Parts: sequence; structure tokens; C-alpha cells
Amino acid sequence: MATVSRRDFLKLTAIGAGAIGVSELGFDMAHAYEVRQQLRIAGATESHSICPYCAVGCSLIAYTRKNADGSTALLQIEGDPDSPVNEGRLCPKGATAMELANSNRRVEQPKYRAPGASDWQTVSWDFVLDKVAQHIKDSRDRTFVTKDHDGKVVNRCDGIAFAGGAAFSNEEGYFASKVLRSLGLVYLEQQARV
Amino acid sequence: MTNHWRDIKNADLILINGANPAEAHPIGFQWFMRAKLDPQRGPGNGGGAKIIHADPRFSRTSAVSDLYLRIRTGTDVAYFGGLINYVLQHDLHHAEYVKHYTNAPLLINKDFNFKDGLFSGYDAATRFYNVTSWGYDLDGSGSPKRDDSLQNPRCVFQLIKKHYERYTPEMVSAITGIPQADFLKVAEMVGEMGRADKVMTIVYAVGLTHHTTGGQLIRSGAVLQLLLGNIGRPGGGMNAERGHANIQGNTDNALSWEILPGYLKTPAPGQKNIDDYVRHSASKKLGEFSWNFFGTNYKKFTVSLLKSWYGNAATKQNDFAFDYLPKIAENASWLTIFDRAMKGQMEGLMLEGMTATSIGPDVSQILEGLSKLKWLVVLDAFPTTSSEFWHAPGMDPAAVQTEVFLLPATHWIEKDGAFTNSGRWVQWKDQVLPPQGEARHDHWIFADLFQRLKLLYQQHGGKFPDPLMHLTMDYANPLRPELDELAQEMNGKDLKSGKRLATFVKLQDDGSTAAGNWLYTGMYPEKGNLAKRRDGVQDIAKNDPTGMGFFPNWAWSWPLNRRVMYNRASADLEGRPWDPKRAGIKWTGEKWVGDVPDYPSKMNPKDPKAWAPFIMNGEGVARLFSNSMSDGPIPEHYEPMESPVKNPLHPDVSSSPVAFLYDKHAGRPDRFGTPDEYPIVATTYRLTEHEHYLTQQVRKLVELQPEPFVELPEGLAQEKGLQTGDMVRVRSKRGKIEVRALVSKRLGPLHVAGKNVWQVGIPIHWGFVGVAAEMYPEKAQHWLVNALTPFVGDANSRTPEFKAFLVQVEKV
Ligand code: SF4
Repeated sequence: MATVSRRDFLKLTAIGAGAIGVSELGFDMAHAYEVRQQLRIAGATESHSICPYCAVGCSLIAYTRKNADGSTALLQIEGDPDSPVNEGRLCPKGATAMELANSNRRVEQPKYRAPGASDWQTVSWDFVLDKVAQHIKDSRDRTFVTKDHDGKVVNRCDGIAFAGGAAFSNEEGYFASKVLRSLGLVYLEQQARV
Repeated sequence: MTNHWRDIKNADLILINGANPAEAHPIGFQWFMRAKLDPQRGPGNGGGAKIIHADPRFSRTSAVSDLYLRIRTGTDVAYFGGLINYVLQHDLHHAEYVKHYTNAPLLINKDFNFKDGLFSGYDAATRFYNVTSWGYDLDGSGSPKRDDSLQNPRCVFQLIKKHYERYTPEMVSAITGIPQADFLKVAEMVGEMGRADKVMTIVYAVGLTHHTTGGQLIRSGAVLQLLLGNIGRPGGGMNAERGHANIQGNTDNALSWEILPGYLKTPAPGQKNIDDYVRHSASKKLGEFSWNFFGTNYKKFTVSLLKSWYGNAATKQNDFAFDYLPKIAENASWLTIFDRAMKGQMEGLMLEGMTATSIGPDVSQILEGLSKLKWLVVLDAFPTTSSEFWHAPGMDPAAVQTEVFLLPATHWIEKDGAFTNSGRWVQWKDQVLPPQGEARHDHWIFADLFQRLKLLYQQHGGKFPDPLMHLTMDYANPLRPELDELAQEMNGKDLKSGKRLATFVKLQDDGSTAAGNWLYTGMYPEKGNLAKRRDGVQDIAKNDPTGMGFFPNWAWSWPLNRRVMYNRASADLEGRPWDPKRAGIKWTGEKWVGDVPDYPSKMNPKDPKAWAPFIMNGEGVARLFSNSMSDGPIPEHYEPMESPVKNPLHPDVSSSPVAFLYDKHAGRPDRFGTPDEYPIVATTYRLTEHEHYLTQQVRKLVELQPEPFVELPEGLAQEKGLQTGDMVRVRSKRGKIEVRALVSKRLGPLHVAGKNVWQVGIPIHWGFVGVAAEMYPEKAQHWLVNALTPFVGDANSRTPEFKAFLVQVEKV
């Protein structure tokens, strides 16, 4: 992360000045644009991200500012002009990444639905983690095969499957791969096939 | 991708099949347009390129292509096969490349044959090939016999030539629906690409993979590329455009049943120890000029992986804890998981950023599978059609006994770590925001679950707890490993010095090194995390010194920061680039320069003992003919499982004789429709404004594309009395959807095998969860496109046939 150096900002205003200049209304649009941009991202922290959607891998720049109450405000996401992949461009999905990042539609607390129940219950992390750990252990112990019919050592769990990871960072995927295999899971899948 | 996004600008000719990059990968598509338009470069040098788009539907990609071909979905093997035939009949292949860099001269086992749609070794009862006869004819020393004149009828070159003789322009047209004249125009353009100073790329996406013949659809393109000498060269290659931000990275990390990290095979029952496993899994050195790099180092990569996972508990004495790795005998992929769930053999399922209910195929079977689980855990940032399946429209929650957990996970911008793009560029991202609400990182959820499980096993015992007890968790906080720590673990280190390694060449099989994923060794050497590098287009002259678009100090790409795979093949036998204007690597007399060479950096190509160019293959050369596929060593056209016509090549073996028929195996009733009942060919597609199902949570994108539809050709709409905006029911043997009609000129009639056929296209993105579903709750229950698709898989990968099936269409 770095504090905004004004490099990109200057690029923007340069484009603004060239394209717009002094408008017919008689005032300097470039200046107005500059002031607006300044208000929005002046003093903001610049971080680097990658578009969460397709695997073109367009680079993003995100601008954030710390609020007085310690929370972080996301001010802006835009294409990174330095990237040899996207050279600053984004498609409609990358260009609206800010809405995904700042969504009010998120799941914010663990939820539990009992067998046959018609509603979710909001529960604590300890509740779900204990219950899921117990389920994994019970299912693993019930369906674990140490030797197959021919007496060959297989040490695998036949009754639990995992699918996911195309939205993980590499290192999370690696960690999941490591932990799940230590449990003997073999039914492992991600988005590549489907 | 063998190459990468920016490299596409180096091509002279771009073939696009099973893909619509202008709409599905729009920013990647700028490089296609640069190939075509960049005025500073000019033909043969990154400008003036031609684009040929073969697709069922005319899209924005077609609009800027030089030639658009309306092709019947799932018939691209016939198209590529016809091009292969044209190239060989007119002697247009790259002769030197083919002779020295492919297995064209090698002789094949004399028992190999192909007759009436079947290769030798077929067993009809099990629908399975015994592939023994597909091997090489070996001499006394175990090397394949060869005929450098390429005249022996048993050599690969002649077998391929004979195989594709049947793919005449007439036959191609009868299968694909492409008019012969158009096909011949393409053939002429493609035929020029075997010249050393020309290069062509093939770009594809799930329009090629999602078929019961998916593996062979891609291989047919690869065979064409090898004959033209275009693999390994800038501007060339076989390039898969992938659809999810890190689908590549977590394939590399083996969230996939058949591999361990770094594409090591999963061990199978009966493999008693590491040596036994390596013997069965690694490719064997065939011939004295083959380095067989992967095969030779297989054990080193495996032992280093086990040292990484099991640390001090992995010793020479216990064969580096090889017993801790689970051994799987049978396929364990997506369809198998739900097949087992339907049979009541799957107790629990964890879904993470992936929603089975929308993905399908055959949603009613998926829902049945989910309903038979004891428990389902969904880790996601948003509710999904899977977390909500038990109260989906039409489901009775009281009847669903599955216990469901929805665990709020952080998403991409709330954590750091790397994404690997389609071009294998591993790009690090910052954590920008703190987790929202009580959301937790997926890996912290895993770490926490793991510690709880470990405690349960310590307190109560249970089945084979040893791997859990000994799994390394050497992180500052084992409940909260940092992704930076995990990146270092993947990279690996020398266990004596504790120093991180800069290359996988240093990995050992004696337990003195560890690496969690050898392909990523070199990303995080002692000097730091190279995926964070940012020397990009802010200074092109400095940061792209060869001018080929490699940008070696922007992020990092596997393997070893190489930007074009197999790049030894970009230069001739003496190390001179085939085209000096577009050099991949070249030999200076002392060393290789340019891209990171896919070859020893100081090996003199003129040395009579120099390695053959494809160092990862046992043969040292690329395979035009391959015995590693389960449905045939040479790609052959088979019809989709549901097809309006019989295969014109061999009507008695119309569809793939080895595609895996789950319903049949399980004793469930047949769920395939016939062309009498379902005469219309359907395929699915993606829109620019949506990505799979996630964007149903993004209001701005839903506003741009609010409602699902089926795209119908004008003639069919007329027959059915339909107009744009009408509500339409689309039915297959398995289910139905009800969506609006979009009547367009982008689809049209096809004439195939003497029959007129209509194709329709359906975008996939809608379901009963998200912004649009909340706007139209009464309609949304009929929006899951995969209610229509068949539960059947490719023989190699078991990839479902999402892209070709039969439907009927009627006005609601
Ligand atoms: S901005 Fe568009 S093209 Fe770029 S990665 Fe995101 S979804 Fe893909």
C-alpha cells in the first residue's frame, strides 16, 4: 500500500484538460474536475487489487481512507494503468467492483437451518464451528476406509465432499488442499470442470 | 494458456472456437484487436492480423472478425480435423518442426487400428478402451522405432494423415453446417500459417470443454497447431480463456480430485510406497535425447510436498508419510459427487464460492442429491442457490432433512494473496478492507475447524488420526495463518539452511527440501515475493526489453517466470528463432536469451547430445498421437449425447462410445431426449454484464441485464409464432425454464447431414436468489438453465455436456 502520489491523478487531469478545456460556459472544466477528484481521493491510501470476476486478471487500484471512528471507507476502485494486462481498462464487471466490495447484501453472521426447519437461525461462530467439526468427525469416522476390498491401504474418507476455490487466493486454496487431504478427503472439486 | 493475454497481439491469425472473448473476456480482447489494428506494427509483426470466429451464435466477437462461421455446437473436432486434412493434403505443415519437435516420425504398435468409429481395444460391455495397442513400437533398448522420412505407414505422421482423409470439405460441411466455400476460405488462410515467418493462435473457452468430447475438441486444435509449428512461439499456442478470477491458481493447487499440488497425480490403491507411486505416475524417458524433466523429478517434487505437509513426521523410514495420502481408485469429480449423493453415499458437502444448484447439470438431480445429504456447509460472502436450496420455490422445507450451515466468508478485497490469471501470471493483491460484519477468511475458518477436529480426535480417538496429528501448522498463529506465510510454504525451502529456494531444480528426494507446490517454487525466493512486482507499461522500453510483451518484472508467472510455455520450440534446431521478428528465445553461442527458456539455459543446441525440445514429455517431443487420453489417441468427431442427427462418419457409433453414463450405471431411468420429441439444438452462453451467478448480487449489473431470455433465430420464431418479449417455455427431457424470447439474426438455420436444424442460445446467469429474483419472485423459480442440461460426462475429465443438448420451445 502507498499514499497516493498524485501520479494517476495528474494523468487524469491531463486527459481532462486536453479533452475538455475551458467549456462553453466559460469556466475551466479541467479545474472543476481536479477539485472534484481531489475531494474524493486526496490523501487516500492507494492499494492494489485484482478484479474478482474473470481470469483476464485486470489490475485494480483501490482508494481508501480511515474514518475518525477507525473504520475504513472505500472511496474508489479503478483500473490500474500500469498493468500490461489491462492498461487501466475495465469491463462493466470490473468497473462495478466497488458495489461488490461495499455490498449491503452480504451474509454477515453465521446461520443455521435445522433438519426440516423452515427458517434460518442466526447463530454464533462457536456454535457452527463446533457443530461442523463434530459432523466432519462423525461422517469421517463412519465412512473412512483404511483398506479396500483387496486389502490395499487406501486411508480415504468416502462420505464427505468439498467443492470450491475459484474465488480463493492461491494460498487459501493451497491451505484447503492440504487440510482436506489430511482428513483423507478425495471428493475434491472446483470450478475448472464445470 | 500456453501463452498469455498480451501475447495474442503477436499473432498473424487468430482462430476463436467455443469462446466469445469480446463479450466474455472483454479486456483480454483488446489484445486481439491490437493484433488486428495496431498501426505501428504492421502485418507479420503484431498488426494486420486476421480473426476467424466459429461459433453457433454471431456475437460482438464475430462482428469484428474477418470471417464468421456458424457452426453446430459440439462439432469443432470436424472443423479442426478438416483443417488438419487440408494442411496435410497440400503439404502445408511446418516440415522441420513436425519432423524434429513432434512424434510424427515415431512408429505405433502394429495392433493399433481405427475402424467404423472405434479405436482398437474397445470393450462394449464396459464402454472402456484398453489402451495397450495405442503405445509406441519399441526397439530392443526400449526406445520408440522411428522413420525420419515419415513414409512408414505405421509412423504417427502417416496414421494422422490417413485418419483425417475422411474429413473432406464436404464432410466438414455435413457435420458442422459450415458452407464448403467458407470452410475453404479458412483452410487457405490457416494453410499459410505453417510458414516459419507466420504464426497463428487458437483461443477457446468452455464452448470447447463442456462436451462429452471436450478433451478431444481441444486436442484437435493442438494437433493442428503442432502441424503448423505454432506451439511454443510468441503469437501461437493453445489458449484457454478461464472464467473465474482464480480458477487457474486453485487448479494448480489441486482442489481437484485427480491431482496433488503442481499436477502430481493422486496416488492409487496398491501403490505401496513412493517409488511404486512414481513408477505408476511419472512419464518414462523414451529415447536418448529426452530429458523427461517432469518424470525425472517427480519423486523430488513428491517428497518435498510431503515434507511440507508432514514435516518431521515425514521420514525416510516411513517413506515420507506416503501412507497419509488418501488413495482413490475411481473418479471423484463433480458428477460423481452428486451421483453418490443421490445414492445416499455422501453424508456431507462443503461448497465454497460455488453453487451446485445453479451449476447443475440436471438441477432436479442436483437438488435430489443435496436433499439426501446429512449436512451441507456453504462458505460464502452471499447467500446462494445452494445455501437456500431447502426453501427454493417448489421445495418443501419440512421434507428436506439436510442440516444446512451458512458461514459468512470474507471476499477478495478483504484479504491479500495471489490470483493466477488465464495466462499463468500470478498477481498479488493487497487487503483493502477489513472483513464485513462477522465474516471470516476461508483459511481461518479451515484452520479453526482443523484445530477443533484435532482436539476431538485427541479427546475421543477415531479413525486414522495420524495425518491430522502430524499435519504441519508452523504459523505464527496456527488459528490464523497469514497468506504470506502460506505463499512461503508453497515456494519451499532448503531445510538445512532454512533459506527459501529460487528454483524447483534445487528440490531433493532425500527429505532435505520442502515445497508445498513445486510449480510455485521461485515465486517467493529470499529476495521477496515476486508476485508483487509492478514494472509494467509505465515504462515500456525498460520493462519490456524484448518488445514481445513478456514484462518479466510485472508479477511472476509459473513456471519460473516463463511467459510462453514450450518456448524451446520457438527456435530452430540451431537455436535461431523461426521468425526473428517474433523471437521467443534464441541461442547466443553461450546461452539462451529472451523469455525464460523452457530448456537448460546453457545447453548448446548444436551439441549432438542436446535435449529434444519438449522437456516435460517422456518422448522429448510433442504428441500428435497420444495414449494418455481415454477416448482415443487421435481426435475423432462424435456427436453430442443428444443430437439431431446421426454421425455422418460412422452412424453406428454416433456419440462417444466411452462417455460416462451416470444414470445408466446407477440404474436410474434414461434421461436423454430424442430429436423427434426435442428437435431443437440448444447451447448456453455468458453475457458481459454477468459472471456466473455472483453478479446476481450486484444491482448495477442486474440493471444492465435484468431478466433471463432465450435467443431464437427469426425463422424458428416465425414457425412458433414468437416475438421478442413473449414468454417462452424451453423444455428438455430433464426439466424446463420459462423466460422471455429474444428473436435475433445472430442465430440462424443450419444444414447438417441433409437436415435443417435450428439452434437456440440461453444465457446462464439467473436463479431464484439475488436482486433480479427479488424483483420477479413469481417468475424466478423457472430461471435455472441447468434444469435442462444432461447429467453425463466426458470420458477423460467427466466434464458435463453443458453446451449441447436438445430442447423443445413453446409459447407460454
Ligand atoms: S474487468 Fe472484466 S475483463 Fe477484466 S478481469 Fe474483470 S471481468 Fe475480466
